[in-house]
Amino acid sequence: MEILGLLIPVSLGLGALGLAAFFWLLKRGQFDDPDGDANRILSGEYDDKPKS
Amino acid sequence: MAQAVCPACPPEPELTPVPLPDARLVLALPGIHCGGCIASVERILAALPGVRDARVNLTLKRVAIDAAPGIAIDTLTKALGKAGFEAHELDPGLIAKDAADTTASDLLMRLAVAFFAMMNVMLLSVAVWSGAEGAMRDLMHWVSAAIAIPAVLFAGRPFYVSAWAALRGGRLNMDVPITLAILLAIGTSLSETILSGPHAYFDAAVALCCFLLAGRYLDHRTRAQARSAAAHLAAREVPRAIRLDQAGPSIVAVSELQVGDLVRVLPGARVPADGVVAEGVSEIDRSLMTGETVPAAVRASDHLRAGEDNLTGALVMRVTAAGPDTELSRIADLVAVAEAGRNRATALADKAAGLYAPGVHIVAVLAAAGWWVATQDLRVALNIAAAVLIITCPCALGLAVPAVTTAASGRLFSRGLLVKDGTALERLAEVDTVVFDKTGTLTTGVPAPIGLDGLAGDEAAVALALAQASAHPLAKGLAAALDECGVTTARLEWAKEQPGEGITGRWRGQTVRLGRPDWFGLTPTDATAAALQISDGPVHLVTFEDRLRPGAEELVEKLKEQGKRVVLLSGDTYGPVAELADRLGITRFKARLRPEDKAAFVAKLAGGGCKVLMVGDGLNDTAALAGAHVSISPATGLDAARAASDIVLLGDSLAPIQSALRTATKARRRITENFALASLYNLIAVPLAIAGLATPLIAALSMSLSSITVSANALRLGKD
Repeated sequence: MEILGLLIPVSLGLGALGLAAFFWLLKRGQFDDPDGDANRILSGEYDDKPKS
Repeated sequence: MAQAVCPACPPEPELTPVPLPDARLVLALPGIHCGGCIASVERILAALPGVRDARVNLTLKRVAIDAAPGIAIDTLTKALGKAGFEAHELDPGLIAKDAADTTASDLLMRLAVAFFAMMNVMLLSVAVWSGAEGAMRDLMHWVSAAIAIPAVLFAGRPFYVSAWAALRGGRLNMDVPITLAILLAIGTSLSETILSGPHAYFDAAVALCCFLLAGRYLDHRTRAQARSAAAHLAAREVPRAIRLDQAGPSIVAVSELQVGDLVRVLPGARVPADGVVAEGVSEIDRSLMTGETVPAAVRASDHLRAGEDNLTGALVMRVTAAGPDTELSRIADLVAVAEAGRNRATALADKAAGLYAPGVHIVAVLAAAGWWVATQDLRVALNIAAAVLIITCPCALGLAVPAVTTAASGRLFSRGLLVKDGTALERLAEVDTVVFDKTGTLTTGVPAPIGLDGLAGDEAAVALALAQASAHPLAKGLAAALDECGVTTARLEWAKEQPGEGITGRWRGQTVRLGRPDWFGLTPTDATAAALQISDGPVHLVTFEDRLRPGAEELVEKLKEQGKRVVLLSGDTYGPVAELADRLGITRFKARLRPEDKAAFVAKLAGGGCKVLMVGDGLNDTAALAGAHVSISPATGLDAARAASDIVLLGDSLAPIQSALRTATKARRRITENFALASLYNLIAVPLAIAGLATPLIAALSMSLSSITVSANALRLGKD
C-alpha cells in the first residue's frame, strides 16, 4: 500500500496539469467562438494561416 | 443614390453619413448560420476600401471590424445587405467596457477548479465508500481535506459574497443556505477527520459548489448574450440640429435649442423639436410617430413634431417647444408611467427560493436540536444538521431554472429572437391576448407598387431613373420593385426634386415627371398612388400598398387557432386599418389611436385579467410595450421601442413569434417538472438525513442524480 504515497500525488499532478491547460486555453480566447471555429476548420481559406 | 439639391439653397454642412470617431466597429449579423456565411461576410468586408480586418464570431452572431477612421457604417451595412446579410450596428464602446466578459471567464475558472477538486475527491471517496477503515480512511480524508478546503474557499466566493450582502441587508436569499451548508459541511468533516470519525462530507461540499457554479455560469451567459446584443443596438439618430442665427447656420446639440429659434431641417433628416414651418415645402414621414404610412405634404405654417422625418425638401422651422416640452418627451414620460404601473410577475425561481430558504434552516435546526436532546451529543447533532443542509441544498433548484432558460434562449436565438429579460419566457407562456401595431409591425412600413405591368419598357426605365433620384418612400419602393424586375435605368440629362410634388427630369430631350397624382391635375383618391408622364403623353398611375411582413398572415391564423384573442391597434386612419384587419381576419381593431390611447387600451385589457403580449415598433407603441405583460419589437423598430420591450425580433419575418410562444410554454412546463423532480429527491433523502441514516454516499448520490436529471430534462427542450 506504500505505492499509494506515490500514486495519489501523481494522479493529482496529472489533474492539475489538465487544470493549468484549461486556464491557458481560457486566457487564449479558445472558448470565445466555438461555433465559428468548428466551421472555419472546414473551409480551405484558412489552410495556410489561421485568421488572427 | 443621387440626391438632387435645390440650386437656390446654399451648400449645407454634410450631416449624413456620420463619420465614426472610433475605428473598431461591431455589427450584429442575425442571419449568419454556417461556415460559408463566415467566409463571404469576411470577404465582402475586406473588399471595401478602408476596412483593414474583419472577424466574424458565429457564436455571438456578430462581426468585429478594424477600419480606417471616417468609414461610414451605412457603407458596411449596405454592402452586406446587398449580399443578403442583415446587419445592425452595435455600440463597440459599450461592448468593450462590458464587465460581463470578465465575470463570465471568472465564473468559468472557478467552475473548472471546483470540477477538478470534485473529480479528485470523489475518486478518493470511493475508497471510503467501499469500506476502507482505520489509517487508510484517515489518509483518504486528510488528502480530501487538503484538496477540498482551498478549492471550496476559492470556488465558492461568489456565494459567500452574495450571502454576506444579503445578511447585512437583513434578508435571506438562496445563497445563505448554500454558504451555510458548504461551511458547515467542511467544518464538521474537518473535525470528524481530526477525530478519525467515519463520516466526512468533503466530496459533497465540492460537488455542491461545482453544480451550483454551473447553474450560475449558464444563467450569467444567457443574460450577458442578450444584454450585449439587444441593449447596445446603437441609437441611429444624431442629436444635432442646424440653427440659423444672424451669423449664419451653425450645428448645435438638440438640447441647446430654445423656443423661437429658427432651425433648418434638411431632406432625410429628423425634425429636432416641435415647431411650425417658416419657409419651404416638403413631405413629412410620420410613420414612427403615428403609424400613418403615407407621407403628409407640409408648407408654411404647418406643424411639425420632434421625431418625424423630413423627406423631400429643405425646411426652415420656428421652434415652439424644445427639449422636455416636446411631444417626443411626453411619450417618454408615458413610458415611465406605464412601467411603474406594471405588475411585475415574480419569477418562479424567486418564489421557490422564498419558500425554500427559511424552510431548510428550520428543518436543519429542528433536526439538530432533536438529536441533541435525545443523545446529549453535540458532535452527532452537528453532523445531522450538516447532512440535512447538504441534502436539501438547492443544487437541482439552482440548475432547474438556468438550465431551462439557457436551452430555451439558445433555441430562440438560433431562430432570430433575443430574450432580453430573464423572466420574459415565463411571462410569454401565460399570454392569452396578442395586440399588434400596424405600420412597421404587421406590415413592413415600406410601400410597394402593385401592377407594374402598365409600364412598358422605356416608361419603366424612365420611372426607375426618376425614382432613384428621390428619398421619398414611394419612390424608394418603386425603385426597389423595378430593380427587382430587371429594368435597366434610363440615362437622364438631369433630374430635380420638386419638394412636395415629385421629380422632374429630361430624357432624350423630353420632360419626364414622376410624382403625386394631383400634380398632374388628377383628383386624389383613397389609394396611395404615384403618376408618371413622359412629355405630353398619357399619365400612368401606379398604385401602392403597404406590404405585409412575411409570416404575418400565418402568425395571426395560428394565434386564432390556439384560441388567443388578436387585437390590432393603429394610429393610422380608419380605411387602411380596416382593410388590413379584414385581410388578416382580425375582428377587433381600433384606428386613429394616440400613444396614450394605446397604453390605456393595453392597461384596460390587463385590468380585465388578460395577459397581453404587445408587438410594436414605433414611438407611439413604446408606452403600450412597457405596460404590457410581455412585449416584442422588431429590430427595425425605433430604439426606444426596442428598449421598452422584453424580446427583440432580429429577422424580417414574424413567424418566430409563433415558435417563441411554443418554446415558452414548453420551457415553463420543464421548469415546473424540474422543481417537482428536485423536490422528489428531497422528499426521499431528507427523512433519511433527519433519521441519521444519511451516509456521505447517499448525499453524493442524491445530489448528483438530481442535478443530472434536472439538466437532462432541460436539454430535451433543444430537441423537440
